[in-house]
Amino acid sequence: MPLPQESSRRLDKAVEGIMVWVLRLGGWASVLVTFGIVITLITESEPFFSKVPFRRLITDKMWTPLFADPQYGISALLAGTLVTTGVALLVAVPLGTILAIYLSEFAPVRLRELVKPMLELLSAVPTVVYGYFALLTLTPLLQKIYPDLSQFSMLSAGLIMGIMIIPYVTSLGEDSMRSVPMLLREGAFALGDGKLGVALRVVFPGAFSGLAAAYVLAISRAVGETMIVAIAAGLQPKLTFNPLDSAATVTAFIVQVSLGDLPHGSIGYQSIFAAGAVLFLMTLGFNLAGHALRRRFHRAA
Amino acid sequence: MSTQPQSLSPAKNEPLPGISLGGRTNVDPAEDKRPVPAKVQIQELSFFYGTHQVLRSVTLEVPKDQVTALIGPSGCGKTTLLRCLNRMHDLYPGNRYEGSVKLQPEGIDILGPGMDPIQVRMRFGMVFQKPNPFPKSIYENVAYGLRLQGMSKRRELDERVEKALREAALWDEVKSRLHGLAHNLSGGQQQRLCIARAIATDPDVVLFDEPTSALDPIATSKIEELIVELKKRVTVVIVTHNLQQAGRISDMTAFMYLGELIEFGETNRVFTNPAKPQTEDYISGRFG
Amino acid sequence: MHFAGDSIVLPEHFLEHQKGRALRRKAIDRWFGRLGLILTLGTLGVLAILLLNLAANGLFRIDWHFLTSFPSRRAAEAGVLSAWVGTALLMLVTASLAIPLGVAAGIYLEEYAPKNKWTDFVEINIANLAGVPSILYGLMALGLFVYKFRFGQSILAGGMALGCLVLPIVIVSTREALRTIPAMIREAAFALGATRWQAVWHHLLPYSTGGISTGVILAMSRAIGESSPLITIGALTFIAFLPPPAILDHAPFVSFSWLFSPFTALPIQMFNWVSRPGEEFQANAAAAGLLLMVITLGMNGAAILLRRHAQRNIKW
Repeated sequence: MPLPQESSRRLDKAVEGIMVWVLRLGGWASVLVTFGIVITLITESEPFFSKVPFRRLITDKMWTPLFADPQYGISALLAGTLVTTGVALLVAVPLGTILAIYLSEFAPVRLRELVKPMLELLSAVPTVVYGYFALLTLTPLLQKIYPDLSQFSMLSAGLIMGIMIIPYVTSLGEDSMRSVPMLLREGAFALGDGKLGVALRVVFPGAFSGLAAAYVLAISRAVGETMIVAIAAGLQPKLTFNPLDSAATVTAFIVQVSLGDLPHGSIGYQSIFAAGAVLFLMTLGFNLAGHALRRRFHRAA
Repeated sequence: MSTQPQSLSPAKNEPLPGISLGGRTNVDPAEDKRPVPAKVQIQELSFFYGTHQVLRSVTLEVPKDQVTALIGPSGCGKTTLLRCLNRMHDLYPGNRYEGSVKLQPEGIDILGPGMDPIQVRMRFGMVFQKPNPFPKSIYENVAYGLRLQGMSKRRELDERVEKALREAALWDEVKSRLHGLAHNLSGGQQQRLCIARAIATDPDVVLFDEPTSALDPIATSKIEELIVELKKRVTVVIVTHNLQQAGRISDMTAFMYLGELIEFGETNRVFTNPAKPQTEDYISGRFG
Repeated sequence: MHFAGDSIVLPEHFLEHQKGRALRRKAIDRWFGRLGLILTLGTLGVLAILLLNLAANGLFRIDWHFLTSFPSRRAAEAGVLSAWVGTALLMLVTASLAIPLGVAAGIYLEEYAPKNKWTDFVEINIANLAGVPSILYGLMALGLFVYKFRFGQSILAGGMALGCLVLPIVIVSTREALRTIPAMIREAAFALGATRWQAVWHHLLPYSTGGISTGVILAMSRAIGESSPLITIGALTFIAFLPPPAILDHAPFVSFSWLFSPFTALPIQMFNWVSRPGEEFQANAAAAGLLLMVITLGMNGAAILLRRHAQRNIKW
């Protein structure tokens, strides 16, 4: 019988050997990006953290690293992030969960197939557009309800951010609810429970770690969101927990400093990397937790 | 017999024993008395998945140009044994072979060190449990193995594709739509296409892994007829869970149980007068 | 098997009671179904309001002049020429970084990578990378690309930042596309003697182009709308010129000096206009936002259709 040409086999093998390396390099690129982010944050923020005593990060009440009399109270930035994220979650968690339950357990299949990708569009809208909408449409509207709402407000930014992260909750949540085995539902239906009862008593607990993962990842999104808060919540750091007030988030501070002239090595330059390092640690925590929850859910399911 | 673990890594540049030399015979003197020469000699073959031993020292001679059926209850290792023959296990990590599988008449040990699993696969055709044509045209499905072996001349390819499709009893049904998608064929036709794809390169042996388990009775009987036809020119090894099928089409039957070869002999003899009690129990339907 | 309840005779009023409960459950279910539908439509309504709002405020600004003019201090004369050219060039850099690397990484992880600690690490890393806030990519680009590599506040630095940002999207969608191809297809190719790369090149990649292109479109759409990484590297400047051309009329006929040119982009230009007082500039912002929405939602829509088409085309 005719045998494969030795030379063509050798060529195939050589191609295989080269391609393994090319592809492996691609896999490494993602690790390289992470290293790039981590190393840049560490080296560029190091001068800041070595200059500013850790005590002052905690005890100072203001965040004004660029002033002549600098204050380093990081809580002023964290408060802004906390409030906007909180408002966003108050919108996205209940609404996203109800939509997930509805789409997974109630909606006709064709409606679900139609609606799901359309909901995803909400997270595809450029965030600068959301920022525009929050500042120029929602805030004037809210001012009719709360006349003392400032032009920049965390409430307005947080509400819109909540809309933006609904798809993260709904999509992941709906996926995990649908992966709850039909058999469990039938068990409850056989006992005479209604759809909502089954959804709340069987499906929701069964899918809980999947839903929790969705919530955690949504938090991470909200904490890291930049343009909406930079445009609509204001750029001045302020230690306040009043959502009607304006305050800068960690991300908005980075934008605010970047808007000015930013020479390499200046205190402003160092301070945004310090803020970035804080932001990275926060989101890393949420991301790893969300990832772990998701894994646990998939292993249990 | 070699017991050391075989290297699973692709061969270095050493010459490939047997395949490139060709014609080297290594026939056991005892073989000469047998009416049918062996095509594949499996000696003391053990197979491990990680630390789990799936095959235990299987020794078996697959006769040339005959149909050999591997039967046994699920999990007995029959499919594992089949996939040792074309070294499909090499595709997944953590697998280890011991023993030898010699391809006759050259006497190459396909598990031997330095043996290239890809060249082994080029000499063993394989047909799977479910029809798995590529989502390409009928023509490209059959031509793919030939192209892999370096054939590129259009006329040569046309000829071989037609020959393979004729041998798979599919030519008349598809000759007018050779360039249509293979997925538009019926299940039975798709499986015959997969057979054509497997035999187009003139392999020494064709391995069938429960080829009719996804087909209806009519398609099944067509495939069975085809397998009986095929043995005129190629050695066939078939794994089947269908005892009637083994009885209908095979010349030799191997009964396996818990990773061991319990009994091997002519199909008629194994079915009518099994030597081992386990075989009898299985054939009479007492387990499995 | 004998159930204890078999011999118990239920009193009449007990059944009546059950019936009432069942009816109440049905009513609750109906009520929740309506609530879900209303909320779903309401949420989608936000999208519609967003679009209508932008159209109402900005549609009148979009004309040929708007598309072919540089930004200006006079709102009515300003346009988005440098912005859309900048966005297009950024996307060129982003795509040529993210697509090859992302597809290669996806193939490696799905088809080649051994199951070990390192692979686990790479996978967790990618999942985490997908959740890193986009502004941090900007900080990396600022420290690394702008200063360390001395690319300056250029199209190259911006495009690379966005390329790193969308890399995980391309990787994940490549892997998902490859995963839909049944193992039987790979085995068929291997059984005929294909090497792993031949199986990938002849079969797996052609059969997953639909899924991969869906992911690439989504990734590009994300990159087009991103502004914070670009602001961080200092792209928010007044750009009233175009980068040098890529094609020259004299040897060597191609030039890459545009890579090092300062730039602006559509979302940056929109941000610039949003933060200016005055209704005229806000109209410009709405017009730029409308353009952005049409582009990104259009790309997302195309991706959805493509995915549907790919799913329908190959049935395994």
